[in-house]
Amino acid sequence: MSQRPITEDDLNAYVDQALEPERRAQVASYLDEHPDVASRVAAFANQREQLRGALASIADEPLPVELNLSHIIEARKRRPLRAWGAIAALLLLGIGGLGGWTMRSVLQDSSSGLSALAQEAAYTYGVYAPDRVRPVEIRASDSAEFTKWVSNRLKQPVKVPDLSVAGYRLMGGRLVATSHGPAAMLMYDDDRGDRLVVLTRPMSGRNQDTPMMPQSTGDVAGFAWADGGLGYTLVGQLPTDTLRPIANEIRKQARPI
Amino acid sequence: MKDMLVQVEPLIPALRRYARALMRDRAAADDLVQDCLERAVSRWHQRRDGSVRAWLFTILHNLAVTQFRQATARGRHMPIDDAGEQELVSAAAQEQRLIYRDVLNKLARLPEEQRAVLLLVAVEDLSYADAAKVLGVPVGTVMSRLSRARERLQQEMDGAGPGNVVALRSLK
Repeated sequence: MSQRPITEDDLNAYVDQALEPERRAQVASYLDEHPDVASRVAAFANQREQLRGALASIADEPLPVELNLSHIIEARKRRPLRAWGAIAALLLLGIGGLGGWTMRSVLQDSSSGLSALAQEAAYTYGVYAPDRVRPVEIRASDSAEFTKWVSNRLKQPVKVPDLSVAGYRLMGGRLVATSHGPAAMLMYDDDRGDRLVVLTRPMSGRNQDTPMMPQSTGDVAGFAWADGGLGYTLVGQLPTDTLRPIANEIRKQARPI
Repeated sequence: MKDMLVQVEPLIPALRRYARALMRDRAAADDLVQDCLERAVSRWHQRRDGSVRAWLFTILHNLAVTQFRQATARGRHMPIDDAGEQELVSAAAQEQRLIYRDVLNKLARLPEEQRAVLLLVAVEDLSYADAAKVLGVPVGTVMSRLSRARERLQQEMDGAGPGNVVALRSLK
């Protein structure tokens, strides 16, 4: 009977008791025949025991009051969300917008139209990113349906970028209203729960192809650009240097061929 | 929030142990765990399927790494031989206590990434896959770091230089 060769990984897994019984038996009989390797493995097992012993008492200590989880949950309920600031800003803008059309012209006349798009994205982020219940309307599992729907509404083919290389997964999306018509919002998150928002909508007139530019509104930063008539913006509560490669990736994937 | 309490609370002692072993300072470690729990509470609904334990250790580990980077940027060093570790072994008997103290001092000489993987796997009993998730690296990297960590710690324990890894203390 031929047997897979014993690897360094097997030896580690032997020490960590992570092998299937059959493999464990194979490693054990190998060690019987190779006393030098066996003594190395025994030393690793000894390290393991010593480390566990040295640290065991910490886990037995009574938890200090600051680490009482019920208190932490309670405190959180009483504390207003930070993102409410952003929502308040949006409401103020809404009132200003109703009060007069001056704001509209300011937004439209901004140098490239990108800053208006980025601002819309920041407000969208402020409203939906903190939402625990329904941040997106259509989930990632239905992304084909979503793409079809928003492509129809935006009258442009919209692509949904895959950001797994950057560690972000698509949560889903929704259609949002902007002062320039409908826009498609995509939301992504990573293992730590940090959320990113991509907002895209058609650009008017001379803003159809515009190089990528950094943008920021309050504590929401990001990048905006336009390719082939569609404007894109990526925003999040992350440093610009972290967002830049992600924005480049989106641009690469979303660019019309 | 009820299921969160049930699932997270039993893991707090292990989180404290990992934080203290990394930080070697009780107050700093508990601050880190507190920060971790606050994040866990606020992000509980964003959690994906999979091990709650790995998820919590991921949050904690990322916080610790940020701290290390900030400390390095400020030119400060993490305490190694200060009073911190006396607290680590306060419950152990005197002789055993010296042995434990010794192994922790030696562990502290390992590079941070090797220390982290050894603690997660050998002390916290995370699977290799979960450790990979926590550290944000492929499983293969976990295995090679783990191997290097063990070799290196053994060299420290033997008081030997590199290249002499087979000379070992005998075991009972």
